[in-house]
Amino acid sequence: MSGTDNTTAGDRGGAIDMSQFYRVFFDETAEHLAQMENLLLGIDPAQAGDEELNAIFRAAHSIKGGSGTFGFTDMTEVTHELESLLDKARKHEIVLTIEMVDALLAAGDVLKLQLARHRGEPDVAEPPVAEVCARIRCFVTGAAAPPVVSPAQAEAPQPKRALKIALPAPPGEDTLNKLFDDLGQYGEIEARRIEEGVCTFQFNTAASAQTLNDVFAFFVDPDAVRIEIAAAPAEDPGYGFFTDPAPAAAADPGYGFFVEMPSPPAAQPASPDAVAAPSPGRRASDRAEAERVRAGRRDTDKLVVSAQGDNASIRVGVEKVDQLINQVGELVITQAMLAQSVAKLDPALYQNILTGMSDLERNTRDLQESVMSIRMLPIAFVFNRFPRMARDLAAKLGKQVQLKMEGEATELDKGLIEKIADPLTHLVRNAIDHGIESAGKRIAAGKQEMGTVTLRASHQGGNIVIEVCDDGAGLSRDRILAKARERGLPVSDDMSDHDVWRLIFEAGFSTAEVVTDVSGRGVGMDVVKRNIAELGGTVEIEAATGVGTRIIVRLPLTLAIIDGMSIAVGGNVYIIPLAAVVESLQAASSEVKSVAGGGRVVEVRKEYLPVIALRDVFPTGETAAETTRSIMLVVESDGVKNALLVDELLGQQQVVVKSLETNYRKVPGIAGATIMGDGRVALILDVPALVQMSRH
Amino acid sequence: MAKTILTVDDSASIRQMVSFTLKGAGYGVVEAVDGADGLEKAKANDVAMVLTDQNMPKMDGLTLIKSLRAMPKFQSVPILMLTTESGDAMKSQGKAAGATGWLVKPFDPPKLLEVVKKVIG
Repeated sequence: MSGTDNTTAGDRGGAIDMSQFYRVFFDETAEHLAQMENLLLGIDPAQAGDEELNAIFRAAHSIKGGSGTFGFTDMTEVTHELESLLDKARKHEIVLTIEMVDALLAAGDVLKLQLARHRGEPDVAEPPVAEVCARIRCFVTGAAAPPVVSPAQAEAPQPKRALKIALPAPPGEDTLNKLFDDLGQYGEIEARRIEEGVCTFQFNTAASAQTLNDVFAFFVDPDAVRIEIAAAPAEDPGYGFFTDPAPAAAADPGYGFFVEMPSPPAAQPASPDAVAAPSPGRRASDRAEAERVRAGRRDTDKLVVSAQGDNASIRVGVEKVDQLINQVGELVITQAMLAQSVAKLDPALYQNILTGMSDLERNTRDLQESVMSIRMLPIAFVFNRFPRMARDLAAKLGKQVQLKMEGEATELDKGLIEKIADPLTHLVRNAIDHGIESAGKRIAAGKQEMGTVTLRASHQGGNIVIEVCDDGAGLSRDRILAKARERGLPVSDDMSDHDVWRLIFEAGFSTAEVVTDVSGRGVGMDVVKRNIAELGGTVEIEAATGVGTRIIVRLPLTLAIIDGMSIAVGGNVYIIPLAAVVESLQAASSEVKSVAGGGRVVEVRKEYLPVIALRDVFPTGETAAETTRSIMLVVESDGVKNALLVDELLGQQQVVVKSLETNYRKVPGIAGATIMGDGRVALILDVPALVQMSRH
Repeated sequence: MAKTILTVDDSASIRQMVSFTLKGAGYGVVEAVDGADGLEKAKANDVAMVLTDQNMPKMDGLTLIKSLRAMPKFQSVPILMLTTESGDAMKSQGKAAGATGWLVKPFDPPKLLEVVKKVIG
């Protein structure tokens, strides 16, 4: 079989399209880089354990192996330096320092940039390769200061070549061994000889002359070193066998055998329970599979099964998951419509159908929950970027800050994860920049020098609650009130603390004394609040001056299904998200009063709430019947209450949210649409937007 | 009868490349993600040859080779180490563990096929 394959094997081998493996390599590398960064952030350099060091080394080593195999030599170059330093560290030849960890982290950043470029991401910055490599190299060779390497002098990776080197043997065997140790970082040394005070050896290396000179300079006068390209350039076959009677010239084929390699071994003796011989047709199907894979993979169809011990997982395209969620949403609607029709049947006659419907409802709900959970990911995906960010930011500001995280396993919808990252980043930066005081101030205030920022996530009801807490300076009530007055905002001295803190969410608001380039230009908090509101969430601040600040973000677990109150206005059905509803009431005409300017207010327990007549917002041309009692829904948004005047309250139910924007276009005041049990379309109201609209 | 090769490497992209290359040449391929997995897969399959990486979690390559050689079934099955260097240290360690030979990483598909053909035809 293999025999007849020879020609095709050779052709196919040479013609294999490696790019089909790139995506897996990129994903793998990204994981290794993330792991490397986490490990580096977590180690205590002076007391780094062997396990940790080995794990970091392995991550770098894996990246190097893959990048070399698939031809990403820029990444190979950087990982080679990383590996050298890490290898020395794990062999305890050197002790890690904070500076080395910083250099390693910087190398990781460079690799990330290189990876982004290879992935084809737009606008990727130029990775400072030469700088970072030099930085690491000087730790490896023990040089005092990193040589400043300008891009022009940057060393281009050379192909591997065989050199014959002769140098005056330095006094002492130790020195010579150290020299070979250092050289060994850059290639393989062979055929060492010392004759009459001159040491000669063969050196297979890809390092540049500059690099080698740097190494030699430590031990001998570089001018006394003679380097020649070996006469017969070592054709490196890249493999070997351990007892192959190799030709005397000992050219390294790149592989080798330890034992005699007989001609193709005899066929394995067939044992009674041998695995059934694969049918001849199998090769054809292998070939067909290869053709299909090569013919151009459809990204969304790429299925990679990786069994990692007890953690089997499958990669699936996001589009497939969204389609699945969509279809299950349709199923829920269909089931609701069916339930409504069936509800009219006589229970005595149709008991089986009614029982079946009840089972169907339960099954559908279970299916829905399972499908929604596919898109749920732990919030660790967002939290994970913060330790690094906090470390860098604290260092930049000269503060001591530790970041604690709780509840990283709390899950939320993938779409939310992507959108919550920016607002959370701003909150964490704020906490470090404005919240935590400088070490001096903290000590003066009787606090510990090290400030703490805590990120906490948990599920409460149908929401995910994310807290960003710091034990910093809290908020200054006076400064905020002063600033508010400055900006002409309506404030009074007897406002509650809660209301004062909320002023921070006003646009352009910042009481930062010094505008750092990090945060404090005053464009932050209002944008954060808006972003969170767009996700259907809320954000609140709690603070105690001198003690600390706590920001609480609440988000619905999913955007696709909400609890709503259905109402009728002008013959149409609308849904109001239950989260926005405070209460419903029937107001007598005497309780509804007109206000100068044409509006109306309703008195509710000594409070006057503006009335928004939905009939006016969504006119249908029908004239309203005169009623003595007005049905109102009190809604709250942005901490402000309004009363929506409606024709009828219909009920309360869970609805599947369909996007109006994707199916039609964006309509102000409308958050989405759904299909009711009777098949009619109901529009879901965007309460904050409605309130805004009614003010104009 | 297609000969089956066990390839042990913790890198999915390299496993895929090796698997694709070997299958394209008519060999059967069994993949393992680390040394421990390699040992299990070796026991469960009829393999004509083993290719194993060195640096892997759970059990490294040298340990896998030693474990395989301790089993009667694998006394004479060719086992090649995939190694990133071809220095003397690697060679002596490999030989001591019982490896048949080595193949230097990174390698490309034609090189892989060249070596495999030499070993099992």
